[in-house]
Amino acid sequence: MIPTLPRSALARYATAGYVVAFFVFLFLPLAVVTVFAFNNANYPAPPWRGFTLDWFVGGKGRVGLFADAPLLKSIATSVLVAAWVTALSVTVGTANAFLLERARFRGKSAVSLLMLAPLVIPGVILGISILAFASRLAQFVDDSWGIELDFLRPGLPLVVAGQFSYIVSIATLTIAARLKHFDVTLEDAAFNLGASRADVLRTVTLPYLKPALIGAAAISFLMSFENFNTTLMLVGSDPPLTVMMYGRMREGASPVLNAVSLFLMVASALIALVLVRRAEART
Amino acid sequence: MATETAGDLAAPRTRLALLLLLAPALVWLVGLIVLPHIELAVLSLRARVAPRIYEMSLKQYATFVDEPLYWHTFVRTAAMSILATACTLLIAFPAAWYIAKIARGRKKSVLFVLCLIPFWVSETVRTLGWMILLRESGVMPRLLVDLGITPAPVEMLYHDATILVGLVYTSMLFMVVPLVSALESLDDSLIEAAYDLGGNGWSILRQIVVPHAAPGIVAGSIVVFMLAVGNYLTPTLLGGKNSLWFTEQIYTQFITRFNWEQGAAFGFLLLLLSTAIVWLGLTLSGQRFGDVMRRA
Repeated sequence: MIPTLPRSALARYATAGYVVAFFVFLFLPLAVVTVFAFNNANYPAPPWRGFTLDWFVGGKGRVGLFADAPLLKSIATSVLVAAWVTALSVTVGTANAFLLERARFRGKSAVSLLMLAPLVIPGVILGISILAFASRLAQFVDDSWGIELDFLRPGLPLVVAGQFSYIVSIATLTIAARLKHFDVTLEDAAFNLGASRADVLRTVTLPYLKPALIGAAAISFLMSFENFNTTLMLVGSDPPLTVMMYGRMREGASPVLNAVSLFLMVASALIALVLVRRAEART
Repeated sequence: MATETAGDLAAPRTRLALLLLLAPALVWLVGLIVLPHIELAVLSLRARVAPRIYEMSLKQYATFVDEPLYWHTFVRTAAMSILATACTLLIAFPAAWYIAKIARGRKKSVLFVLCLIPFWVSETVRTLGWMILLRESGVMPRLLVDLGITPAPVEMLYHDATILVGLVYTSMLFMVVPLVSALESLDDSLIEAAYDLGGNGWSILRQIVVPHAAPGIVAGSIVVFMLAVGNYLTPTLLGGKNSLWFTEQIYTQFITRFNWEQGAAFGFLLLLLSTAIVWLGLTLSGQRFGDVMRRA
């Protein structure tokens, strides 16, 4: 139980053993991915055949990550999509936060409940419903005016829309949580000292929200970069990284996938660092 | 000079301001959530009678009932997701207990962050790790041979147990975090009091800890179940051809066969299942949806 209660030595060792096993379970898959990114063999499997950087820089007829054009392009695609999703989610999320915390209107409780709904809708269903609706819209525009709207067909704009549809819920919650604890008298003071609404927003409210905005941006970027379910349903001819990796993993194994995974781990660790430091700064 | 109260100053002052603030939310909620789901419902309730001619029909749902493969897959997905949720809870609870109640100071925060790290990494990467560990030529089968447990490498991928391991692993975080925060808010003196009054480990757990941690347990379980039932990557990669996961059926109908009506019906059934479980969890524990989501 807890340290203040008497515990037998056996119970203490069992607890410690369990915790160690738990963290081994958590980190084992990541450890093997890392190790086999450097194994000098054409297949990511034991035994260990010596250290190599071939799977990053190429060599001995191997195509390394930095020469694998389709893989690099898919990383660029993911970054592009994530940038759009982040910008949209943080902007709309901020507006939503003000709506939830400051505005009073009829139907507010329904709107705030609906804002949480995307979090309980499976990603696959978000994907197919947006696909079907966009296709209906495109059909309607085509039938009515003879205009072909390409952005409503499977492709990156729909991927952005699909990911945005639920990531903005998370951004909204993050920003609203901080706005809730904002001391409104600070704004009153600024008004009394002659500031305009825009001044107050720029010099008082937004600086206060900044940590939440950065946090929401980091989370949005990461969730977009890693999204698979919704993206799979909406993707066109240029797949983002997760979809690309999935396709390669079905075809067979290559240590290049380990190399790109390691790259992803380092990148997400950097983003995580931003979030952890933010959390520490707050406490 | 008119005096305004603080509330009025802070609130959007004109109807125009309110509308401007409301506009993005409405575009998002109506354009990307409500209308697409109505479209999905309409699609699922129609059947093609001739090229480009459709009529209202329950045919898609009838196919689901008539075709054993479909509803078997559905029931199997639900059952395995419930099992995965239960396993996740059982595995996460002692770890969360250690972090919340036993570890102190710096160790506590380091362990908590260590729990988060694997989940900052894409699910694709985590699944790749499990494939390297478990495939016939992989790390685990080799280890078993080296230890003399099996004479030849065994294929550890493509079993139901593999899918379960993958599902438990991939949603562990969403159980650990709500559990830790629920357990942290439990006052140690309550446990000490229960002990002094003659409670043993089991009765304290059942009468003090679990009732207190119930909101966290429910929040974690709901999220884990939803993630499992809606998962596509883990069952297809770790389960291979035998995975029979319902999201695969949706993908096949929608993308491979281009039978959107059938796919929409399947999508709605999955949505129904996931909503029903969320509702059940909330009702059983007497909690409100908004509170649970904010906690998770």
